Amino acid sequence: MTLLGIAVVIIGFVLRFNPLLVVVVAGIVTGIAGNLPFDRILTIFGEAFIKNRYLSLFILTLPVIGLLERNGLKEQAQELIGKIKAATTGRVLILYLFIREIAAAIGLTALGGHAQMVRPLIAPMAEAAAENKHGELPEDTRNKIKAFAASADNVGVFFGEDIFIAFGAVLLMKGFFEQNGIILEPLHIALWGIPTAIAAFIIHGVRLYLLDRKIAREVEQSASSHGKAKEGAAL
Amino acid sequence: MIISLTYIYYIAGIFVALIALLAMNDKGNSKRILTGAFWGIYAVSFLFGTVIQPMHVGIMVIVMAVIAGFGGVGMGKHEEATGEQRIAQSQKLGNWLFMPALLIPIITVFGTLGLKDVKLAGLDLFDKANLTLVSLGVACVVALLAAIMLTKEKGMQPVKESRRLIDAIGWAAVLPQMLATLGALFAAAGVGQVVSDLVSAAIPVDNRFLVVFAYTVGMALFTMVMGNAFAAFPVMTAGVGLPLIVKLHGGDPAVLSAIGMFSGYCGTLMTPMAANYNIVPAALLDLPDKNGVIKAQVPTALMLLTVNVFLMYFLVF
Repeated sequence: MTLLGIAVVIIGFVLRFNPLLVVVVAGIVTGIAGNLPFDRILTIFGEAFIKNRYLSLFILTLPVIGLLERNGLKEQAQELIGKIKAATTGRVLILYLFIREIAAAIGLTALGGHAQMVRPLIAPMAEAAAENKHGELPEDTRNKIKAFAASADNVGVFFGEDIFIAFGAVLLMKGFFEQNGIILEPLHIALWGIPTAIAAFIIHGVRLYLLDRKIAREVEQSASSHGKAKEGAAL
Repeated sequence: MIISLTYIYYIAGIFVALIALLAMNDKGNSKRILTGAFWGIYAVSFLFGTVIQPMHVGIMVIVMAVIAGFGGVGMGKHEEATGEQRIAQSQKLGNWLFMPALLIPIITVFGTLGLKDVKLAGLDLFDKANLTLVSLGVACVVALLAAIMLTKEKGMQPVKESRRLIDAIGWAAVLPQMLATLGALFAAAGVGQVVSDLVSAAIPVDNRFLVVFAYTVGMALFTMVMGNAFAAFPVMTAGVGLPLIVKLHGGDPAVLSAIGMFSGYCGTLMTPMAANYNIVPAALLDLPDKNGVIKAQVPTALMLLTVNVFLMYFLVF
């Protein structure tokens, strides 16, 4: 019965109800199924919402980014990438993935992020690199490039940060085993993370490398279907 | 301490309150009252969150969800700079435009590493327990001042510009916090224990490979449900990892932890429940498909999860 909330989440997301509403309903259902009194459920909602306010602090970056975008930040990022002839979407994103992962591994997880880096700088650069090569991009291709820019940030930070011994996750693991009477060295946990960290870079790096070809193919396809449409119109 | 996280929340609260006022007065938005109310309640949670009784905050949270759930958070009308204006400005300001944007990560890192033990008049300058968050808040304020000086924009322009961005993100801005509340309710109702009982009941415990498989894939699946590998780790490790892999088969707990947590992260890449990594960026980047980022990540996550199963199998014993 306690799993009813999970079912609500899955069904809610599949049927595309508003996620905020799905989450609140799932929370109430879980609470009731777990025999919690209703005022206790409300209290947990309130406490957890306030305790996790830090998750929303990214909004503080928005005034800076908004102001700079109004003054041509994206245009300048595109201008800059246009000067580098070797730049392709894949290479730009592989470089960012590499920097993000290494930086996270030495504890600099703050060096990056979707609001701070991806929206204002990385995504426009990745788009511009493709535009310089192919001209105007189909809308789907443009969105795919943006999505991959965000994915490079996620993969980089996730699989870099656990290599850093003072990171919260490493301390969480150490703490868990300590409670169960097993003493772990944070350094050992960090070291055994390295094989996966390398695999993550290789796998995502190869996919980013292949992204360049995919872009070229999609641009070609859209150009030829466009051409056909025009021919059709002429006939 | 001199600068605590509370002050950063006050800044965020004042900022969201201004957004709410602008939304309230926006004649171009047919749902301006509800939109303004949504951001207004959110502002109150930043400004007075620790003063109001948790139960009343809980009611506020539900009201926000209901407003958003029935389409009450609308888009406002914005005057945007034209393409020509932006290109003219970018030619005038050149690469200086990058400076305020880069100040945010640079000051955050500098504050986190460099200002840890800095004291003024015997008090810590920054709140030590929340060093990165406080540094981020300070970095945003400094970067904003730099951006205003550079662009010579006046008055409310920064807030107006952020409203353009926050309107595009909409209710998704609040989703990460909302999901955290669900995690708390899952924990209070004992959902984790039920799941790990199910997993350990379903596998033949004497087969090493299947035990490893159940633990790594279980970490990924449970993380997808909870949206957070940190929540999945204690449950799955107490239920499967520690009793079966470490105690029964003599596996190395350091290897188990490292690869187990990374298996959880593979799940994070694939779930809308990890909203701050997957849904908020899709909104930030104006993607029409809110699952666009997840779709870009699923192949990487599945391949890496497979790698993890075998890495764990060969390294843990």
